Amino acid sequence: MKLDSKVPGGPLEQKWDKHLKDINLVAPNNKRKYEIIVVGTGLAGGAAAASFAELGYNVRSFCIQDSARRAHSIAAQGGINAAKNYPNDGDSIWRLFYDTIKGGDYRSRESNVYRLAQVSNEIIDQAVAQGVPFAREYGGTLANRSFGGAQVSRTFYARGQTGQQLLLGAYQAMMRQVHTGKIKYHPRHEMLDVVVIDGQARGIITRDLVSGELNRYEADAVVLATGGYGNVFYLSTNAKNSNVTAAWRAHKKGAAFANPCYVQVHPTCIPVSGDYQSKLTLMSESLRNDGRVWVPRKKGDDRHPNDIPEEERYYYLEERYPAFGNLVPRDVASRNAKMVCDDGLGVGETGLAVYLDFRDAIKRDGRDTIEAKYGNLFEMYENIAGENPYKQPMKIYPAVHYTMGGLWVDYNLQTTIPGLYAAGEANFSDHGANRLGASALMQGLSDGYFVLPYTIGDYLAKQEPGKRYGTDHEAFAEAENAAQSKIDKLLNVNGNRTIIDFHRTLGKIVWDKIGIARNAEGLKSAIEEIRELREEFWQNVKVPGEKNNYNKYLEFAGRVADFFELAELMAQDALDREESAGCHLREEYQTEEGEALRNDEEYSYVAAWEYKGLNGKLEEQLHKENLEFEFVELKQRSYK
Amino acid sequence: MSKEMTIHLKYWKQNGPNDAGHFEEYTLDNVNEHMSFLEMLDVLNEELMLADKEPVEFDYDCREGICGSCNLVINGQAHGPKARVAACQLHMRNYKDGDHITIEPPRAAAFPVIKDLVVDRSAFDRIIEAGGYVSVKTGSAGEANAILVEKEKADAAFDYATCIGCGACVAACPNASASLFTGAKIAHLNKLPQGEVERKNRVVAMVDQMKEEGFGDCSNFAECEAVCPVGISISAIAEMRRDYMKAALRGD
Repeated sequence: MKLDSKVPGGPLEQKWDKHLKDINLVAPNNKRKYEIIVVGTGLAGGAAAASFAELGYNVRSFCIQDSARRAHSIAAQGGINAAKNYPNDGDSIWRLFYDTIKGGDYRSRESNVYRLAQVSNEIIDQAVAQGVPFAREYGGTLANRSFGGAQVSRTFYARGQTGQQLLLGAYQAMMRQVHTGKIKYHPRHEMLDVVVIDGQARGIITRDLVSGELNRYEADAVVLATGGYGNVFYLSTNAKNSNVTAAWRAHKKGAAFANPCYVQVHPTCIPVSGDYQSKLTLMSESLRNDGRVWVPRKKGDDRHPNDIPEEERYYYLEERYPAFGNLVPRDVASRNAKMVCDDGLGVGETGLAVYLDFRDAIKRDGRDTIEAKYGNLFEMYENIAGENPYKQPMKIYPAVHYTMGGLWVDYNLQTTIPGLYAAGEANFSDHGANRLGASALMQGLSDGYFVLPYTIGDYLAKQEPGKRYGTDHEAFAEAENAAQSKIDKLLNVNGNRTIIDFHRTLGKIVWDKIGIARNAEGLKSAIEEIRELREEFWQNVKVPGEKNNYNKYLEFAGRVADFFELAELMAQDALDREESAGCHLREEYQTEEGEALRNDEEYSYVAAWEYKGLNGKLEEQLHKENLEFEFVELKQRSYK
Repeated sequence: MSKEMTIHLKYWKQNGPNDAGHFEEYTLDNVNEHMSFLEMLDVLNEELMLADKEPVEFDYDCREGICGSCNLVINGQAHGPKARVAACQLHMRNYKDGDHITIEPPRAAAFPVIKDLVVDRSAFDRIIEAGGYVSVKTGSAGEANAILVEKEKADAAFDYATCIGCGACVAACPNASASLFTGAKIAHLNKLPQGEVERKNRVVAMVDQMKEEGFGDCSNFAECEAVCPVGISISAIAEMRRDYMKAALRGD
């Protein structure tokens, strides 16, 4: 396997324009001869499917939910970044690029991140034209707010439901194309394999989640926009159905998987309350604009938070990071929350929580102002936690939220399998070792609306229009048979332990040993434990029901089986990276102040793993894409 | 410390659209008050599976009230007793020890049962497909601030746009009407200058599609507004009907 990032030469500012000038186009009368499969209907997949169809390509769109509108992008709360500089506070494309590269702790590709910043403005234009009801000022212009890791206000938002509104925009654009017949729409379908013929992606195998039937679909190119793998942790802020299966099975077919150890732990989530817990709920980072994070200075202080006087409150982020205060990036905020709780200063029944307090903001701006900004989030908190955040501080704790790692892609978003593309959270491309708040929506939409529609044409232009191998080709048959035997195997185990029980146990290993902080010893033991548990899974899992029927537990069993394999690769990758970078904190490599200590000499690379086999142990070969920084100077990140 | 309760459940089982369906009963001990309603069902299914019984199927995804997947009718109420929450955000602290809870799918001809509590809501997709969008291609948008939008209008548009498409409005309506769902999308887009252009065609296309899907008409019971987990106002329906009449009378 050879990694060729295909980054165009020339000055950073001109790379994308130059690339657009150089790449091949498909003539309008030829576009209708090509078919593109898009798996996933979140921001990246929905935007890509709609844009491809508008261009005249034939599209097939698949999602596991009962409607494209339910993809997990819908749950993104806080906002979307763009370099519009409407507040006149000194923002620019360069600054958005720089903040993103720095926020990612210099572990992403300069060219990709610069392009992301460049197209960010077009995304806002597009969304407004679609009728996305962004927040506005009294003068009728768009409003902005600030987010972590930036000293400008560049985040556009629709109350605490920005993801929902942007997703509905993409969904509606997509449904318009379903209406024209350019998109064939397949909800409640799960992709189980990618079909590769003569080294090129030529189709997929899906399971109809209602009938249980396996189907074959052929196409000229396949786009995976299937999201991240945060649910490997069992408890995360991801939706329950979010999974790695499409990406993982593509990996096993030859697509390199990059930086699997880069997992973002979001600092402001509602803490775990019990074993029955099925997911964790995020409270938007935007709350850190007005909320102050603190713990009692005294260990075991069990007074009601409102009774703890000012001088006995430890506002640890404000004290330790005076320049950014409560708005430090997510990795820094999460690590600090863990540190104060490890020091015994945590609050709540479990001691694994810190306060996020709006008392001062309410006093300063009035309850109405705070309610207008965060009303729905406060309501959500009260529903779940049963406490009123207008009257007492919220309790929050970090939770797994986003995965920066994903399928390796080149500048065109193509994986190492020609004709197979990955977009949005499913790829590894833009966030390095840590993603800044409000950048996921930007990246998903950038990939879908403004990158793939051009780059996929470059590939298709080189393919013979209308060429078909037919779905009775042996590669389709083999892939379908493999998918079928995996399902049969799961149903035939008939063991004694439930899928959730296995998943929860796996999640605990991954959280404890490949979570906020990692070390060599823990990672090695994680690999052993994962292998043992995986072995037991295949001998003792209990999967109910039938294959030819709606069977949610069967779906889950297949996904958990894939998480078991991915988890081992995450540990391997974390073990290989003997440095700390962004969200990847190796306890052996820290500054004296407990900040992540990078080793640019040896680890300034993207770790791209090639699947070699699975036989008790996961065999993977490491390929390195060296990151060259021509335009920014690598520095120790400082938010002090 | 948190409280534990015993809950008597009665839930709908139906193997596909052609099966008659029936209720089954089960008593759960040790229901923690902090559990969400769906977590309680997870626990039910764990117990059923360990006893070699078939679990009950229900739709869910985000479990934070925004994806609109869950659509349970709990003791006759869509999303249960608590106002302005989806079933996934209903917590067991709203119940007491010994309570009896009946769980059914939404009952509407336009939402056929797939299995147990899971129904087919693709009719909603087809209503949006008929016209629930602004016809703007990627890349053709002008500068975002070129068209100013009054804050009040943008806020009002948001209030309608917040619909999660769960179908509680249909479940609660004695006519199984989808008027609140359809009206909400129409009102969202009408409030904005970007949506104004296609106002007339949109309302006709979407209302006609709604009828074609077999949803009933609106008789102003306002049950939909009462159960809507995001508080969509019934004024959306009045606006939709007014616009439809106007567009139909003009004959275009």
